[in-house]
Amino acid sequence: MALLLKGGRVVDPAVGLDAVADVVVRDGVIVEVGEGLSIPKGETIDCAGKVVMPGFVDVHTHLREPGREDEETIATGTAAAACGGFTAVCPMPNTTPVCDTGAAVRFVVERAQEQGIVRVHPIGALTRGQKGEQLAEIGDMLAEGAVAFSDDGRGIQSAGMARTAMEYLAGFDALYVGHCEDESLSRGGAVNEGVVSTRMGLPGQPAAAEEVMVAREVMLAELTGCRVHIAHISTARSLEIVREAKRRGVRVTCEVTPHHLFLDEDAIVSYDTSFKMNPPLRTREDREALVAGLVDGTVDCIATDHAPHAAHEKELEFELAPFGIIGLETAVPLVVTHLVREGVLGWSDVVRLLCHGPRAVFRLPEVRLEAGMPADITVVDPDAEVKVEPTGLKSKSKNTPFAGQTLFGRPTEVLVGGRWALKGGEVVPL
Amino acid sequence: MLSCTHILTMDDLTPEDIALVLDTADSFGEVNERRIKKLPTLRGRTVVNLFFEPSTRTRTSFEIAAKRLSADGVNFSASASATAKGESLRDTAKTLSAMACDLVVVRHKYAGAPQVLAECMDAHIVNGGDGIHQHPTQALLDLFTMRRALGRLEGLTVGIVGDVAHSRVAGSLVPALKKVGARPILIGPKTLMPPRPDVLGAEVSYSLDEVLPELDVAYMLRVQFEREAAMPIPSVREYARLYGMNGARLERAKPEMIVMHPGPMNRGVEISSEVADSPRSVVLDQVNAGVAVRMAVMYLLLGGDSSGAAA
Repeated sequence: MALLLKGGRVVDPAVGLDAVADVVVRDGVIVEVGEGLSIPKGETIDCAGKVVMPGFVDVHTHLREPGREDEETIATGTAAAACGGFTAVCPMPNTTPVCDTGAAVRFVVERAQEQGIVRVHPIGALTRGQKGEQLAEIGDMLAEGAVAFSDDGRGIQSAGMARTAMEYLAGFDALYVGHCEDESLSRGGAVNEGVVSTRMGLPGQPAAAEEVMVAREVMLAELTGCRVHIAHISTARSLEIVREAKRRGVRVTCEVTPHHLFLDEDAIVSYDTSFKMNPPLRTREDREALVAGLVDGTVDCIATDHAPHAAHEKELEFELAPFGIIGLETAVPLVVTHLVREGVLGWSDVVRLLCHGPRAVFRLPEVRLEAGMPADITVVDPDAEVKVEPTGLKSKSKNTPFAGQTLFGRPTEVLVGGRWALKGGEVVPL
Repeated sequence: MLSCTHILTMDDLTPEDIALVLDTADSFGEVNERRIKKLPTLRGRTVVNLFFEPSTRTRTSFEIAAKRLSADGVNFSASASATAKGESLRDTAKTLSAMACDLVVVRHKYAGAPQVLAECMDAHIVNGGDGIHQHPTQALLDLFTMRRALGRLEGLTVGIVGDVAHSRVAGSLVPALKKVGARPILIGPKTLMPPRPDVLGAEVSYSLDEVLPELDVAYMLRVQFEREAAMPIPSVREYARLYGMNGARLERAKPEMIVMHPGPMNRGVEISSEVADSPRSVVLDQVNAGVAVRMAVMYLLLGGDSSGAAA
């Protein structure tokens, strides 16, 4: 079966490409990229005015299966991912039970093979039950397909335990993903400590709760030689610590979420729990520093931290409501609207931050727009409107602070190994 | 008439609203001196005290206020719960709304609960204290007491002493004082100060003795700490020594300075018995003012004007 993506702006910095061109896919593989291509038979998709890019990946997703299938499942979460322009996601292990054994990883992999609209590369837990006390079976999980390890949702509070985990991972050259939060500093904090916590009478968590642990992870990465990735970095100072560490050659990388790029604490004007996430929305200065980090290359990836929550749980009092918002279906339109259309980033930067950057950090299969590569392709219509309406979202949960906004940049086509996951803006069921 | 339909925070009230509440409370204060302390003003109106947190003093004050205006007062106790075990705040609000209440006083352990009620209900909402956020009727009764004792509000220097960071009383009193042209100074160890006092528009001092001579009012907050890992003060003894109001400090203060406390007092900690029982203490005047101010708030929210208040 042949497929021709015709006349799009084909952007892939990995092969030095940014030009109007055609892409031919046959049997799940890209067979030719060039101008004026045609296929004798098969399907032709007109991509004029659209941008054709190697497949985006979200390296920080919560799919909630097993355990909270009322909030999200591998099927619905990957449908949301396809709708958002992603060809692959990396689910975090904080499910019920925690994904901390080879068997648990195998469950996710197999369920994704049966029901996943896009590819799923699980992240295993660092410690058993994510309790921060005893190593989980890292080797077993690696063998079953885990691509990285994290206690995301909580930081490992003991520096000694974190060191042990890093030493053990270093033996496999596996990736440690750090959720940086010193709970003795953050305890009880529902928002960033500062202006908003004072004004709203909400307990705050200081920026330092994150920063001291980012600094610790960097020191331990140096000590152990482990590859360390800082999840959802949210403050200017955290970013500065990573920037300085990278300059010294420490094997440290980081990601930033769309909500920390496009919202700051000033957005919290009511007790709407759609604005409650961890780390919390920080200050405008932090937000601007994160955007600068995207531009100068300190930030390796944009990752959603897609965190579905049941409405009845999210609707609790602000201090009681769980942390987290969904993000898979808004990430790309937000990036296009606020960064590409504003001229802050070019499309090749978008590909760097949503494709090659995260794939390199997590050592996921490479995808490039050149002959012989698997056809994992994301097509975005940069001018198409995206109205964020909770009822229209593919995710089972609707907890988004962007509800009601009109954005630009709709993912219209997503190919996963040559199979349609999204076509004409509609998710294609398996 | 007030400019607002709810009193959720001090932000809802303009300086004119505050003056109206205090003036109306003045006339109700007279009613409270009578032998028959009851007005027919709110007959047939339903006032619900929705308390998610145990409170005897505030609830009783609101309850008496409602009864003195002949409103039908109902107490509704509930518990705030993080789990699905209890009814959610929204469901409780909708349930009460379906019973057609006119005014709901809400006390809640967490900030923002009154806002949620205001979103889900048709009734007027009065914040009776939410988390560490605000307690606006307390601030109003404090202003009332200060005005009575000192004859004015504008230009007063008010030291608010103690655990300001976790005090909803301070959370409302600071903006209330700003609105009436008084000067609040937050006083206490740095561990008990809010992260950004500048946002509240208050000055900060870590030394009570330093600012004591400037104060027209010393407002002592209740200090109570469970033994916890990172207790913000080394000991109650040291706190009392540095920040407690006692006879010696009273002597170094302005002779007309009054001492206030939202209650219940920890005698020997933030306030010595000598001070608490002295004529300089207006603690019981505050309690007395509470009823009149809450009557004024209910009366004004439910559609009265100040002229006919005590008729």
